[in-house]
Amino acid sequence: MSVLVFLEITDNQIKKSSLEALVYAGKISAGGSVLGLVAGNPSNLSDAGKYGAATILQISDGRFTSPDAQGFAEALAAGAKENSCSVVILAKSALSDSVTPKLAFMLGGTAATNVVSLPDTSKGFEVKRSIFTGKAFEWINITSSNKVLSIKKNAVELVESPAAGEVKAFSPTLSSKAFALQTLSTEKATGEVLLSDAEIVVSGGRGLKGPENWGLITNLASVLGAATGCSKPVSDLHWRPHHEHVGQTGIKVSPNLYIAIGISGAIQHVAGISSSKVIVAINKDPEAPIFKAATYGIVGDAFEVVPKLTEALKAAL
Amino acid sequence: MPIPQKVQNCGPILTLYMNILVCISSVPDTTSKISFSDNDTKFVSTGITYIIGPYDDYALARAVELKEAAGSGTIVVFHVGEADSEPVIRKALAIGADEAVRVNSPAKDGFFVAKQIASYAVGKNFDLILMGRESIDYNSGIVHALVGEYLGIPSLSPIMKLDLDGNTATMEREIEGGKETVKASLPLVLGCQEPIAEWKIPSMRGIMGARTKVFQVLEPVAADSGFAFEKFELPAPRTSCKMVGADNVGELVNLLKSEAKVI
Repeated sequence: MSVLVFLEITDNQIKKSSLEALVYAGKISAGGSVLGLVAGNPSNLSDAGKYGAATILQISDGRFTSPDAQGFAEALAAGAKENSCSVVILAKSALSDSVTPKLAFMLGGTAATNVVSLPDTSKGFEVKRSIFTGKAFEWINITSSNKVLSIKKNAVELVESPAAGEVKAFSPTLSSKAFALQTLSTEKATGEVLLSDAEIVVSGGRGLKGPENWGLITNLASVLGAATGCSKPVSDLHWRPHHEHVGQTGIKVSPNLYIAIGISGAIQHVAGISSSKVIVAINKDPEAPIFKAATYGIVGDAFEVVPKLTEALKAAL
Repeated sequence: MPIPQKVQNCGPILTLYMNILVCISSVPDTTSKISFSDNDTKFVSTGITYIIGPYDDYALARAVELKEAAGSGTIVVFHVGEADSEPVIRKALAIGADEAVRVNSPAKDGFFVAKQIASYAVGKNFDLILMGRESIDYNSGIVHALVGEYLGIPSLSPIMKLDLDGNTATMEREIEGGKETVKASLPLVLGCQEPIAEWKIPSMRGIMGARTKVFQVLEPVAADSGFAFEKFELPAPRTSCKMVGADNVGELVNLLKSEAKVI
């Protein structure tokens, strides 16, 4: 079957998580073709072919720089219908969270979100979803012929699987509902690694004592090319912006490496990080529950340990 | 869709009448330990405390504030669930909702729930249909967008700030790596999250009043979700934490490089 993948752009680059979605699509297409849909002209467009897109539908309509879920859903629906794609894969993000259900509706199909691994197709189309905010999983068997899957980071390993990567101009017909929203202002950090797209996340908690000490976190993050996150109290205290809040009621992350600094590890925080491959905890309290969730731990004062770790990593990488 | 009669002339003061539907989930509280029985096909609810979905609770709080600011209006709280979720619905009434509707069925999945909401709301001219960005049990996060599609009205999520000026809503919503301020006309379906409002604690008067408010129980409408539940699974237990000395960060770097291979 043919599979369509949404290639989301940030900072003029196709997101790494979207490239993972291409690899995911390649694994389930069973010989059918993999198409990517991109709006804009990202600098790494050739990566789409490298990770498995036979065809890239490229939209050059400038309105698509705005994160309008309706517009993107209509474009993906048109792309899927015109190319007989019965499955559409999106990497989970703030935008795709709203696009996914709209698209499922437009295709008369169903949607599965927070998918964590490849489907089991031995008895239908069984997918594994993360539920209870990372505390458990469920398996569902999708019977609908049109399927929209939103996959979490690391649902599949990012490995090259070259395909033609032929770029075709695509101008979907949009309804008057697309881009109808009036945007008054946008505040967006540029040049930062996004939490949803990060291989490594460095997070700080109340143990850092105040926003003025966040250099400890950002320095370590920049050495590792990591995104920065924080615990709920830190975002509640406005030490850091809300979009950095990691946990049950914030962003759920699943990076290769999560480093928790000065975070005690309340169950709500641990739920949001539990699908990370490796967790490192640095905390001065040896009894902190974060050590129960961690792979590696250091009991010590963050103000002493973190600068040393940053230097050691700088030397080693 | 006809434009609702929103502005009522009450003497010299113009009062807005807000008609708001708030959809709430009933979920295990955030500290719950999750376990399953019957070959991982049933959720074990013994010992679990159920709460209003935390995101839904924010939506409800903002609805109460908006109604107060408007001067008059009706807040209907809507829930899909069995009779045992009534305490959670009563709490929403105590916080400030005026009426409650419960659809008498387990909340099977997002498509099912969205169908129930849309089938109730159609033709009722709600200015706003508010709910959390997602429920914290199944985390689908698809209900608000589906309700919007079923009803043919715009939906937006996650909304962190919501102000009304007549028929126009100004909202802040989270986007990748930041936020944006957007403007749209009512009616709207919104998925909400903090800091849209502070959670409200019911007053004694609210709790007493909740007992006599209109509480309707409806039977569900049919919905085809396109998938079937198979089973639950718990994550593999983490291996115990390997401790490294605070003065030996070099060892941690080695472990991350050679053992875990993540840097």
